[in-house]
Amino acid sequence: MVAAMIRELGDSLQEALGALGRYALFGARLVAETPRALLRFGLVVEQVHNAGALSLVIIMLSGLFVGMVLGLQGFDLLQRFGSEESLGTAAALGLLKELGPVITALLFAGRAGTALASELGLMRATDQLAAIEMMAVDPVRRVVMPRFLGGVISMPLLAAIFSMIGLFGAQLVGVQLMGVDQGQFWSQMRAAVELDDVMEGVLKSVVFGVACSLVAVYEGYHSLPTAEGVGRATTRTVVISSVSVLLLDYMLTAVML
Amino acid sequence: MSGEESRGTGPIVRVRGLRYRAGAREIFAGVDLDFPRGAVTAVMGPSGSGKTTLLRLITGQARPDSGSVEFDGQDVAALPRTALYRMRQRMGMLFQNGALLTDLDVYENIAFPLREHTRLPERLVRHLVLTKLQAVGLRGAARLKPAELSGGMARRVALARAIVMDPDLLIYDEPFVGLDPISLGVVLRLIRRLNDTLGVTSIVVSHDVREITAVADHCHLLSGGRIVASGPPAEVAASQHEDVRQFMHGLPDGPVPFHYPAPDYADQARQVL
Repeated sequence: MVAAMIRELGDSLQEALGALGRYALFGARLVAETPRALLRFGLVVEQVHNAGALSLVIIMLSGLFVGMVLGLQGFDLLQRFGSEESLGTAAALGLLKELGPVITALLFAGRAGTALASELGLMRATDQLAAIEMMAVDPVRRVVMPRFLGGVISMPLLAAIFSMIGLFGAQLVGVQLMGVDQGQFWSQMRAAVELDDVMEGVLKSVVFGVACSLVAVYEGYHSLPTAEGVGRATTRTVVISSVSVLLLDYMLTAVML
Repeated sequence: MSGEESRGTGPIVRVRGLRYRAGAREIFAGVDLDFPRGAVTAVMGPSGSGKTTLLRLITGQARPDSGSVEFDGQDVAALPRTALYRMRQRMGMLFQNGALLTDLDVYENIAFPLREHTRLPERLVRHLVLTKLQAVGLRGAARLKPAELSGGMARRVALARAIVMDPDLLIYDEPFVGLDPISLGVVLRLIRRLNDTLGVTSIVVSHDVREITAVADHCHLLSGGRIVASGPPAEVAASQHEDVRQFMHGLPDGPVPFHYPAPDYADQARQVL
């Protein structure tokens, strides 16, 4: 009984390490291909449009509501200590360092990540990737790379937009609705938020962008060529991306604090 | 482009002692095959007999367990990646469903190999694409998306894409599946016409006996991991070999059994009860 459990645990561990190794190899290949892929920047721009521009509405809407909630909750909390003028600082730090990158990455995984994985999976299922290979073109170079880079470039831009709209939402509720002084809101924020805080958010969003895009293209490219396979790849993309983002967020925060 | 490279005189594809297993199942058990240059050669056989696998081996998408598959004298499995890609530029392949790139329109699908492999000026690309579209009768559909095409049209666009680099070898994987009689006739005639006018070699994998025997110069019939008949279509059709007779005449039972292997019916019925 115990031996069976240990064996099962060992198998699972071996499987997880194997998967991690395959991800690392695929990721290393993408990194190696990056300089060449950037030479065909038109293809990358097309994918920035698909992964980034097409995600704008959901990112902006979510940013606005998250910022508004932050304004309400922040005001309620700070009022207890008589420091509601610090609402701008609290909202800015919360959005720039944590909520902006993390929620954008989770939304990115759900919108752009699933779109990427299912597109690549369907290309596999309908022989499009095999046809590209048969035309003597490397599908990783021609199809996967622009999508990967499109995701990596889009993520920090989306996170920045999310944080900006979020601040607007917090200001809308805090200043316009709850009566916090407008001047205090902005001046305290300007005084307290430093470049390092902004850079922490930028670094996180870049790392999350790489992680989410890698997971999406890996799962899509390696999906089984069936309807079930594509569905499974899409689900795995959301699950693995979300867990990775939260894990990486903790690790990065612990290192940068 | 590629025609100059192809100067051999023997068969363009030569298969010797081919053995291949997919898991526990033996697909090829020592197969010898020749595909003569300039001819339309049909590879026929029941479903699961390894026809598409043979194409994958010829194009280097799979490697044999033993034996060799040679394209114009080169052992395909031994080619490094760059040489394999160079070889594939001399091949055009028509997939069963067309496999058109769904994010590109018809024009861009056909221009795709030209844009990837050449630096031709746009005017020349346009000329080549329109010429190939004209050859398959779809010049007017240049700006349609793949989703707007019928099955037959998609197959013809894929054919135009397959010939745009002027290949030496054209490979057709089940080109007649799901086509209405008119589209089928069009594709059938195109296979013959393109083979003769472009001077290429064609390999057509199919299990549509009547259609394929009308267009092919040679036939190979695969069954049970071996070649059971080879020769001109009429000769193969007249063969008295049991496998050939079952396949050519569509007999429900024979060497390929009607029933999938199962335990005794009475025993199984008792178990369920």
